[in-house]
Amino acid sequence: MKNEYDIIVVGAGPAGSMAARFAAEQGVSVIMLEKDRDVGYPVRCGEAISRAGVEEFIEPDERWIKAHITKFCLVAPDETEVTLQFDARQEGYVLERRIFDYELAKTAAKAGAQILTRAYVNGLLFDGDKVCGVKYEHQGEQKELKAKIVIAADGVESRVGRWAGLKTHIDFRDMESCTQITAANIPVNDDTLYFYFGKDVAPEGYFWVFPKGDNTANIGLGVSGATGKKKSAKAFLDEFMAKHYPDAPILTYIAGGVPSSVTLDKISAPGIALVGDAARQVNPLSGGGIASGMIGGSIAGKIAAEAIKTNKPGHLLTYDKAWNKRLGKRHAVFNRIKEGIFNFSDEKFNKIARSINKIPYEKRTLGKVFTTALINQPSLLVDVAKVFVV
Amino acid sequence: MEYRQAKTGRLMIDILPDKCDFCGCCVGVCPEDAIELKEAEIFIIDKRCTNCSKCIWSCPVEVIVFNKEGVLR
Repeated sequence: MKNEYDIIVVGAGPAGSMAARFAAEQGVSVIMLEKDRDVGYPVRCGEAISRAGVEEFIEPDERWIKAHITKFCLVAPDETEVTLQFDARQEGYVLERRIFDYELAKTAAKAGAQILTRAYVNGLLFDGDKVCGVKYEHQGEQKELKAKIVIAADGVESRVGRWAGLKTHIDFRDMESCTQITAANIPVNDDTLYFYFGKDVAPEGYFWVFPKGDNTANIGLGVSGATGKKKSAKAFLDEFMAKHYPDAPILTYIAGGVPSSVTLDKISAPGIALVGDAARQVNPLSGGGIASGMIGGSIAGKIAAEAIKTNKPGHLLTYDKAWNKRLGKRHAVFNRIKEGIFNFSDEKFNKIARSINKIPYEKRTLGKVFTTALINQPSLLVDVAKVFVV
Repeated sequence: MEYRQAKTGRLMIDILPDKCDFCGCCVGVCPEDAIELKEAEIFIIDKRCTNCSKCIWSCPVEVIVFNKEGVLR
């Protein structure tokens, strides 16, 4: 370990690992600090991702793919089921993230990045207004480490960004507070992601059952802080389990937060860039953040390394624009669609499900589903057309 | 009896660490950066807390509680 690095990445999730890798690949010195003792554990995630989202960064590997997904099953409040098959472009996986995250971190290491676990970052160093390193605790000792650029991949907490003066705290209504059980003896199809909607199961969000092979599944939900005021995610999950799988053995019970909003207004400042959940780079409609976090991380890592190599610190600030061009604007559209859909009444969900079931099975696409859902909201139809080939 | 002091007076919010999963929802919504979360250790930085309750509403597992009487030292 050196006394000083070009880049410090805080957090070793998918976004942090990709930031570290894409920076290190350009020959600058990089260290990634992880507060937990393990990279990739504990997992706080439903673990579903599109194949395209994986393939951009790592060769798919059966060691961390637990299920191959080709179908969605949407369950309306009255239990009307709508199944739709993906086209090849939308195929997906359910991951074993404790292995997946580890492998991603190894690609960063292979590119030349240093990694240190149990390193808890608790402050920043400044040179005037510019961030120039971190304060961290490691094995009971308080230390400092200097760097030209700090990349904050510290997840939903996003404290590193605040210390640099960025407004990162999330409105409690936009925080989807989640609980999830990984349970055994769950008889589900291994090729299908199940989504349940309705006021009783998951108001202003959805309830998921994602298969993980061998009749195990991730079963969970997120509720916004507005709902959480009255009833917690845990209470909803316990009710669902009691109703559907009362005797299922529980392998994991985990909590977590998904920042379900548009990307922060500012995700870079002198000497610092934010990536992944810390930058609110989650797809606000699906709540998926693995692929978009890796994309955000890769863009920030690359731009940070360029800024160092060309000795142009201001270049880092072009990251905001690059992110918005690649995904940020799209997420803004997804957020509007989300707001249109998540306020539906149960009756409306039921009606939509029945309408979709009238579309011949082979002609049902995700675009058609959203169009059907939003048929009475013409302004949102334009948004749907923007993101799906309808 | 000695109570813990919040920024705005008596601290009324308490985190029950024994039940906590250390997920970070509360940290993400805290407008005052008043919650410190390590690997498996969590506490309120009393002097920053304003008792706004946002952490309570966003806790998925009900481990943050509000006590009008205040939190004892």
